[in-house]
Amino acid sequence: MDPLLKELQKDAKQTPEQLAVLLGQDAEKIADQIRELEESAVIMGYHAVVDREKAGDQGVRAMIEVRLTPERGGGFDRLAMRISKFDQVTSCYLISGGYDLAVEVEGETLREVARFVAEKLSTLEGVISTATHFQLKVYKQNGFLAQAEAEKARLSVAP
Amino acid sequence: MNLEDQICHQLRGIPRSGIRDFFELVQAKDDVISLGVGEPDFAAPWHIREAAIYSLEKGETSYTSNLGLLSLRKAISKYVDSYFHVSYDPAKEIIVTVGVSEALDLACRALLNPGDEVIYHEPCYVSYSPSIVMAYGVAVPVETRAEDNFALRAADVEKKITDRTRVIMLNFPTNPTGAVEPPEELEKIAKLAVERDLIVITDEIYSEIVYGEDNGIIPAKHTSIVTFPGMKERTIFLHGFSKAFAMTGFRLGYACAPHVLTEAMMKIHQYAMLCAPITSQAAAIEALENGAPMMEEMRRSYAMRRNLLLKRFEEMGIPCFEPGGAFYAFPEIGKFGLSSKDFAFRLLEEENVAVVPGTAFGKGGEGFVRCCYATAMDQLEEALNRMGRFISRL
Repeated sequence: MDPLLKELQKDAKQTPEQLAVLLGQDAEKIADQIRELEESAVIMGYHAVVDREKAGDQGVRAMIEVRLTPERGGGFDRLAMRISKFDQVTSCYLISGGYDLAVEVEGETLREVARFVAEKLSTLEGVISTATHFQLKVYKQNGFLAQAEAEKARLSVAP
Repeated sequence: MNLEDQICHQLRGIPRSGIRDFFELVQAKDDVISLGVGEPDFAAPWHIREAAIYSLEKGETSYTSNLGLLSLRKAISKYVDSYFHVSYDPAKEIIVTVGVSEALDLACRALLNPGDEVIYHEPCYVSYSPSIVMAYGVAVPVETRAEDNFALRAADVEKKITDRTRVIMLNFPTNPTGAVEPPEELEKIAKLAVERDLIVITDEIYSEIVYGEDNGIIPAKHTSIVTFPGMKERTIFLHGFSKAFAMTGFRLGYACAPHVLTEAMMKIHQYAMLCAPITSQAAAIEALENGAPMMEEMRRSYAMRRNLLLKRFEEMGIPCFEPGGAFYAFPEIGKFGLSSKDFAFRLLEEENVAVVPGTAFGKGGEGFVRCCYATAMDQLEEALNRMGRFISRL
């Protein structure tokens, strides 16, 4: 992957000036590149990765396995897009294996998620079945460990 | 009984390491940001640690063959062939050691008769000269120059060759300078070794941490002296897992050499060490088989921090050549009117930043300090801010 993208993926808060120093490039050029990446939607967006438990968030998250009937011409795309557009859906992937879509949803309460599945998702024409797995505990999300490793003690001076 | 008198003469002749004095000073202070550490700031990648845990879980707690696990030697052979383009027989030409340090000691002890001379380049890693002397050899330093970016001139090596010279010892990329050796100069040194029938010991520990195009974001191509004509049969190739795989505490290295030489080194190793720890060997197999992506990620991270350091040095008016490898910069501080030692001591005293005086790595290090940039980015930035403040007062 492009080194600039890699850096932004690691920490999107780095400014073009900081990135320019690290990558040994011109800050204006970096700013232009970032703008282009944003405009072409290579960079889809930015967000903070939040430890919800620490933030005191009572909300629930679930991963739903969805089986679909593919359509002639478009395969799963139309239906998958339709599902993705619901606000409750935080991510949606077509995957290989025993089911077709892995849909991640979040809601304020268990009931809210259950209602979304029962009323919105399952009732869509083309949806054959769903299986909902509620998230119980987060160990790692978006590349971050929920419990970071303890700082390791290096010798302060070593040859 | 005066116990001082009981210490053997050979050891008494070796001065205490300059780094140790400095270390004790740093230890006594709180909140020091240290650029004085000679190791990666990463923990060993998890998949490597996990392989070590798994090995322990399986109850692999025994001795291994003196030479090291055959499966590890096979993996080493394959790796050395693919990265360095030189092939060694895992059955007879590879010995697994406790770090490159042990391998270096074995090589010196296996080769040197009292009074034999070993040529090596300075500034260099602190253990070369003592390793030579402890093996009753004579350490013959060749100074590398700032104007050459601390690369070694073959002509300078040639001037030091005498009838007693047995070995040329090389370490590129170099600790403490970060210097790399241009292949054309390396070739000349190889020719010298062949003409004068000398053994070459090459410490390749930083070979993967090299900076090429796009300001080092792309790795450079590394050339080892062993690849030149006539060299494989006279080279002891030393390498290990500490730096590129961030496995310093696993203490694992290896030596590759013609069978006669590994056999001689093995004689010492089997009596002095028996074998390298099996847990570390299991971890090393995992590192060689699956460690390349993480290794590159770490290398790239060093490259970016190197760029930051060089940029800030430039802004502060501290002259520093662009190091081609390792994770050290060797800025020139002579113009601030302090010796290396005074510079490092005062920087520590006044700003709580530890750098290592260049003189800890040989006389030629006067006027320089070693800064290790394998340090967390925020710490590195803060250390550079403090350094800027410090030199503005000088």
